[in-house]
Amino acid sequence: MTMMSDRQQLSYIASQAADARLNVELETEGMTLNIGPQHPATHGTLRIIARLDGEQVIWAEPSAGYMHRGYEKLTEVRTFPQVTTLINRIDWLGSFANEVPFILAAEKLMEIEAPPRAQVIRTILFELSRIANVSLFLGDLGVQMGAITPVFLAFRDREYVLNLIEGATGGRFHPNFDRIGGLKDDLPKGWIDETRQVMHKLIGFCDEIEDLLFGNEIFQSRMRGVGVIPADVAKEYGLSGANLRASGIDWDLRRDQDLPMAWDKADFKVWTHPDGDSWARCWVRLQETRESCKIVLQLIEQIPAGPVMTKVPRIIKVPEGEAWVSTENPLGEMGYYVVSKGDLGPFRVKIRSASFNNISIVPWVLKGVYVPDIITILASLYFILGDIDR
Amino acid sequence: MVRLSDTVTPDADAASDEPAALPGDGLREGVIDDLRSRIGESLLDTHIAPNDDLWVRVATDAWADTGAALKAAGFTYFCFLSAIDWMPSPYGNGEADPTVEAEPIDMTIVQGVTGGETRIQVFARLIDIDRHVGVTIKADVDDDHPVVDSWTGSFAGANWHERECHEMFGIGFNGHPDLRNMYLPVDFEGYPLKKDFPLLARMVKPWPGIVDVEPMPEQPEESDT
Repeated sequence: MTMMSDRQQLSYIASQAADARLNVELETEGMTLNIGPQHPATHGTLRIIARLDGEQVIWAEPSAGYMHRGYEKLTEVRTFPQVTTLINRIDWLGSFANEVPFILAAEKLMEIEAPPRAQVIRTILFELSRIANVSLFLGDLGVQMGAITPVFLAFRDREYVLNLIEGATGGRFHPNFDRIGGLKDDLPKGWIDETRQVMHKLIGFCDEIEDLLFGNEIFQSRMRGVGVIPADVAKEYGLSGANLRASGIDWDLRRDQDLPMAWDKADFKVWTHPDGDSWARCWVRLQETRESCKIVLQLIEQIPAGPVMTKVPRIIKVPEGEAWVSTENPLGEMGYYVVSKGDLGPFRVKIRSASFNNISIVPWVLKGVYVPDIITILASLYFILGDIDR
Repeated sequence: MVRLSDTVTPDADAASDEPAALPGDGLREGVIDDLRSRIGESLLDTHIAPNDDLWVRVATDAWADTGAALKAAGFTYFCFLSAIDWMPSPYGNGEADPTVEAEPIDMTIVQGVTGGETRIQVFARLIDIDRHVGVTIKADVDDDHPVVDSWTGSFAGANWHERECHEMFGIGFNGHPDLRNMYLPVDFEGYPLKKDFPLLARMVKPWPGIVDVEPMPEQPEESDT
């Protein structure tokens, strides 16, 4: 609870009393509003049930599970290399980033590490999938408020990034490129030059979106002070990624843990924002996209020579043990708790996806907001359905 | 033109961008000692993977108290909560060649690190953001009476995780406000993530993955496993 002066407290009590009196005088019958499962604002099949009093939400509950694919069960009947095909489809806008923590967990159990060249290329592709993912968010943000133009810009510029990912991996959406012990292949010729150009384009896109959206008065008045999540609540719900940093918590798994990846070779800033409102969440994401471009620009200059694959047996058996690896994915902390019994496939995989925790705060944050704010708050929390339901 | 980002520097007072020192095993041992002083005998077993991670196992009765104690000890970030069924699957992993008679499956239950006595264990992960250290907490769940206390009192975020755990493993959570199903229909029978729940698609048609052990064109014939 923030500190209040006596004067503030008195005026708060007075306003509450006035509200209460008004509510008694103008009492309306409650109404239940159903948003989704099929609704353009819900990015897929998420259903929100909100009980309204007038225009105010008094109770809201997201109903997930329209897209549950049971990946945790399916991993138990697959071999380790086959699992990456599944987990590509969890957060389908940043697919490559989903593969990395699982591969790292398997490598940790096998006590091997990818060669330095593979680590750097992995990090580059990881950041490219973040850019592809978040640039769509930045464009989509406008659509939630009726601005159509940003989404066209986003789709235009995201295409350049997807072309890069396709050029390197062969897949636009589901690269399935990461292997235990390294990468499937080396980068194609000319890829680095093109990446450099595209990254400058994408930095330009961020500037464009910032001028177009973030400086817009309507955008600011719809987002500022709406859906405030204080830091302690954010931690209790396990929010991660930009949602956590927008509540003022300086926590980024790229910087704050020791992984065999190349983030320590790049110089980047972890942006935080003290406000914790919808605007802060979007603003932090915008800054992160810029930082990602800078990370890629730095890393393509320092790709070491060498192989991209370490020596691993052709039939991979992972030794018995338990490992937890999580990385800072586009949506937030994505982690895999992998239990192996020494077989070809994992014994159990617990998938900790970012959106599941990020959306579990919705009943809390929607309490007391007005109906139009439901959409902007959901948009600013940013979720992918596959990442909630898995 | 002047952009917002150039003028707004809201995190000027935030910590510097220098990475903090990563936690050593000394810190992890300190966490164990701290937890022992808070919950005493209920701390059953601990495991430290050198320079990597920390596991503790607590008594079932102390499950909720451990969450509260760790929260008081600085582990304020709730990462996840789930369960694990340690019984080997009686159906195998579906990889077996259907033309060959299957070998009998060894059904011994072996719990992972930090041991245990029961078939199903709940486990959760908490992170101390200031000290950059995480801990995985495990507790046994009674086979006949699979109920543990809810963590929702300490961590509101445990709500959905416990709902998921309830429908997937059939574990009850005392004190949970609303243990409805998250994913499955209300009339669904069985607990899908338990090992004795068959994966029907695999039972009907075995995985054709077995064919891909053919040698690749440029690779030697012999298996190098």
